Amino acid sequence: MAERRIGSGPLARVEGEGALHVRLRGGRVEEVRLEIFEPPRFFEAFLRGRAFTEVPDITARICGICPVAYQVSSMAAMEDACGVAVPEEVRALRRLLYCGEWIESHALHVFFLHGPDYLGYDSAFAMARDHRGIVERALQLKKAGNALMRVVGGREIHPVNVRVGGFYRAPAPAEFAAVADELEVAREFALEAVGWTAGLPCPELEEDFEFVALRAPGTYAIESGRLASSGGLDLAPGEYGEHFAEHQVPHSTALHSRLRDGRAYLTGPLARYALSGDRLSPLAREAADAAGLGPACRNPFKSIVVRAVEILYAVDEALRLLAAYAPPDPPAVAVAPRAGIGCGWSEAPRGMLWHRYAIDAEGTIQDARIVPPTSQNQARIEQSLAAFVAGHADLPDDELQQRCEQAVRSFDPCISCATHFLRLEIERC
Amino acid sequence: MLSLVVGVGNAWRGDDAAGPAVAERLRALAPGIEVRTLDGDASALLELWSGHEDVALVDAASSGARPGTLHELRAHDPALPAAALRSSTHAFGVAEAVGLAAALGRLPARLEILAVEGADFSLGAPLSPEVSRAVDELAERLARRGCAPSRR
Repeated sequence: MAERRIGSGPLARVEGEGALHVRLRGGRVEEVRLEIFEPPRFFEAFLRGRAFTEVPDITARICGICPVAYQVSSMAAMEDACGVAVPEEVRALRRLLYCGEWIESHALHVFFLHGPDYLGYDSAFAMARDHRGIVERALQLKKAGNALMRVVGGREIHPVNVRVGGFYRAPAPAEFAAVADELEVAREFALEAVGWTAGLPCPELEEDFEFVALRAPGTYAIESGRLASSGGLDLAPGEYGEHFAEHQVPHSTALHSRLRDGRAYLTGPLARYALSGDRLSPLAREAADAAGLGPACRNPFKSIVVRAVEILYAVDEALRLLAAYAPPDPPAVAVAPRAGIGCGWSEAPRGMLWHRYAIDAEGTIQDARIVPPTSQNQARIEQSLAAFVAGHADLPDDELQQRCEQAVRSFDPCISCATHFLRLEIERC
Repeated sequence: MLSLVVGVGNAWRGDDAAGPAVAERLRALAPGIEVRTLDGDASALLELWSGHEDVALVDAASSGARPGTLHELRAHDPALPAAALRSSTHAFGVAEAVGLAAALGRLPARLEILAVEGADFSLGAPLSPEVSRAVDELAERLARRGCAPSRR
């Protein structure tokens, strides 16, 4: 049978450079590969020899969408290595900064990258012409997130105000007045947006995911917590390496992370929601219920609804944190280096991000390991796509391609982060 | 009359600083023009140019042309290739901001995108001599457009 290759244009609206390769033989899925060819970035190597205080500024550069995730995980790891616990006020201010990142990253993804798929548009521009109100308000929402990052972090991309031990400067409460007003407006829209995403036409699908996410007592984990899983794991950051392993695969410059028993797992919004959905704020919880999400959502195409719930939660939580805000004084605690190993993690918008560093007595980094969410999800994304293609192999090529792209985007992969663009190819043999 | 100039680029990446460099020169040359710089999320452009009718956006280009070459694009030009503006696979770039503003009817009546071809985008590098000359010329040209209404 003649070989058929379809659709090798770039797969857009994901972060970074990659391609999806699907091979079908007689309607049966032979292979699905999420190929990542973004060049390796060697961050772990060039962190060696740098000072322990440099990690938040260096690792922030791994990603322009989720720099705060890198900063917070790296600082937590260094504070762990040095045996320092930051005061509650510092933790709260980090969480506030992180809410800004969740808002702007999720708003970009829901309304500009992923939303157009559901309504049959090939870009956010095309969608904007017909859904002007939604897009205008989504821009305002994203702007509120950016503003929050600017006030806390000094600027909205790659914040400069964070340091191991805390912050260089604690904003005065009055500096938040304007952003609090923006967030109030954003909360109204975020609430409506949950309903909007829930009403989008969506393929029915139920998958058996092994969910992995941080969980924290009494709150939806963002900047800290213990690792939980649907299989019952309950781990401290230092125990991650015992239970998970990274593997090289020939078709990707990103390592694949799996459970030690070889199973693929999923981190990110669906995992967080399944493991901590009972810890959302009342407003976000009600919105999730009204959207029909139930206690867990196992349809990756519905991840857009969970992201919308998380936007609402992040706005709500930011307003709560602002109402209770007391500037940390001093803005940072002293952190003296000592020889040792430290691990830290946090919930990046795309999922759990783990850092591990070994430093010497002077604080010079001897070894660095960074496991971003997309590395963790890559194997599971391939598995999910294989199942999806198997169930929809009768679709015409162009529709199958469009659906596969939508499926990839539903995992919001950040390929730049994981490598340490996307082209889609369907091959029918 | 030109009322806003936005310099786009990273001041610490060699010739990528062309936009911010034009902005800096214009501040001295044409106090009547509002001058802003942007090194982050380009979605902010929609807010920045709101209320302005004649806007110039100065950026760096890397197209393989001779360093210092000035590329002139009109945002309203239907032939404007989206790829001409794409500089990042990340986030929200100038192309997205212009495309979105066009879709939302939020483009200024006149929006010129002026991109100076760079030679060296290394970290910490100074402006290349050709780019530095182009930056001076462009700043003077824009300053003249701010003083009197002219079609350039």
